[in-house]
Amino acid sequence: MTVKQISVFLENKPGCLAELVAILSQNNIDMRAMSIAEMQDFGILRIIVKDTYNAVRIIKEAGFVTSVNEVLAVAIPDQPGALLQTLTALGEANINLDYSYAFTTAKKDMAYTVLRVTDNEKAAKVLGQKGIRMLGQEEMEQL
Amino acid sequence: MEHYFQPEIECASREQIIELQNERLVKQVRHVYDNVEYYRKKMDEKGVTPEDIKSIDDLHKLPFLTKDDLRDAYPYGLVAVPLSDCVRIQSTSGTTGRRVVAFYTQHDIDLWDECCARAIVAVGGTKEDVVHVSYGYGLFTGGPGLNGGSHKVGSLTLPMSSGNTDRQIQFMTDLGSTILCCTPSYAAYLGESINERGLKDQIKLKAGIFGAEAWTQEMRRDIEKSLGIKAYDIYGLTEISGPGVSFECSEQTGMHINEDHFIAEIIDPNTGEVLPEGEKGELVFTSITKEAFPLLRYRTRDICVLSRKKCSCGRTHVKMSKPMGRSDDMLIVKGVNVFPSQIETVLLNKGYAANYQIIVDRVNNSDTLEVQVEMTPEMFSDSVTEVAVKEKELVNALKAMLGIYAKVKLVAPKTIARSEGKAVRIIDNRHLY
Repeated sequence: MTVKQISVFLENKPGCLAELVAILSQNNIDMRAMSIAEMQDFGILRIIVKDTYNAVRIIKEAGFVTSVNEVLAVAIPDQPGALLQTLTALGEANINLDYSYAFTTAKKDMAYTVLRVTDNEKAAKVLGQKGIRMLGQEEMEQL
Repeated sequence: MEHYFQPEIECASREQIIELQNERLVKQVRHVYDNVEYYRKKMDEKGVTPEDIKSIDDLHKLPFLTKDDLRDAYPYGLVAVPLSDCVRIQSTSGTTGRRVVAFYTQHDIDLWDECCARAIVAVGGTKEDVVHVSYGYGLFTGGPGLNGGSHKVGSLTLPMSSGNTDRQIQFMTDLGSTILCCTPSYAAYLGESINERGLKDQIKLKAGIFGAEAWTQEMRRDIEKSLGIKAYDIYGLTEISGPGVSFECSEQTGMHINEDHFIAEIIDPNTGEVLPEGEKGELVFTSITKEAFPLLRYRTRDICVLSRKKCSCGRTHVKMSKPMGRSDDMLIVKGVNVFPSQIETVLLNKGYAANYQIIVDRVNNSDTLEVQVEMTPEMFSDSVTEVAVKEKELVNALKAMLGIYAKVKLVAPKTIARSEGKAVRIIDNRHLY
């Protein structure tokens, strides 16, 4: 159970992110989640959107370098210690976490975390066994 | 089966060529001495008279000409015929110092066109071919030279000039261009664009003639693959005529110099001493048939090697290697010699685009070298670590090649200007010259 994440190469200079966001906005692409990893000269924007196929097409057409990969989106009750359960489960199973970012929605009492691990299948299995709920693409889009 | 435009001269015996050169050189020296005051003074200063030049063995007695002389004599100082006999000028991009302006009589243009025709026939061109000329037209010699050559061969000539890539590709597919003539960097760009549009199976190109710019074997392979052609080198300079001073044949191991028109020498750039065959040095040309702008012993600043090894193509004219750098193009960074072609080789080997920019600066009295490279979909990843690893690999490969650290800056695709003429590869902010 994974969701599709779009990554985009952005140069580290004023207006770059705005340019991309404007393109998404002009094309009515709705973002569900977003994070930026920054290096000295460039950044990697990661987003989860409602219409991945079209978004990628539009981003490519605009001349950006982009890629799509599968990540896990975990639903976590909005209370202290809830994330720890997920991380502990991964740690015990010796699954390395590449990066993670959280997002919330209008839904009350629930937070969500995107997890990028090397082995999605194994991680999904481990988390499932612990009763941790993961979102599929469809549910993600309907949030 | 090898084809020649002028087999009797292209495959002439060494003795025949020398005889022709002797006769033409003696005549040319007299022509220049009588008509070009600037060069006459140089000869007088050196104590050389036209009578001293009896054969090509006496060539070394003549004084050199350099770009500085061209600047000093600008614009008419080296013209050897009345202006009323000239029908054309061509000029260089003139990025350093004042531009070079060269003059041509109709006879000069005819001979230049024949040189280019030899190059086109050498890559398999016939009157059945569609020659797509994407060199710039106008003052730049690229377009007019190959255009004239194509006419001589009788090919259908598409005078596209540079730029407007969409139109280039449309003509190429609609009119079935078979031979492409342009700068290697533009050929690489066209290949990239054609593949991006998925049109590779709709082009009929079989060969390309690429010059006016330094390019590596790696770039040749890259272009040959992306366009599905054989890529040939051509060499020339406005001062001597334009493209077609030398050209590659089917062997692709160097460029045959049209020795019936140009005598080549290799000299030690520091002492001016003529070096024996096979030694690396600066290429010097003497025009022996030019009427309007006959330069004697012109120093090209191109470093290369001459070879008289028998060529499988059957041509007998001497071959020059691809220029290995220019005595004035080489960068000295932190005291280390850096050739842009070295950086290009590393980039292509690592899977990056041949489009790059080198930025040299001096910060706190220490040189810095930055190589800007365009990010490609193959290199990109959602993971910072993975991108950083690839960046580090590139830095290490550059270090291994150059011997010094070069900072790598990954930039967005299509942000480094694609060259439609000569690529601006180096930005030297130190302004040492």
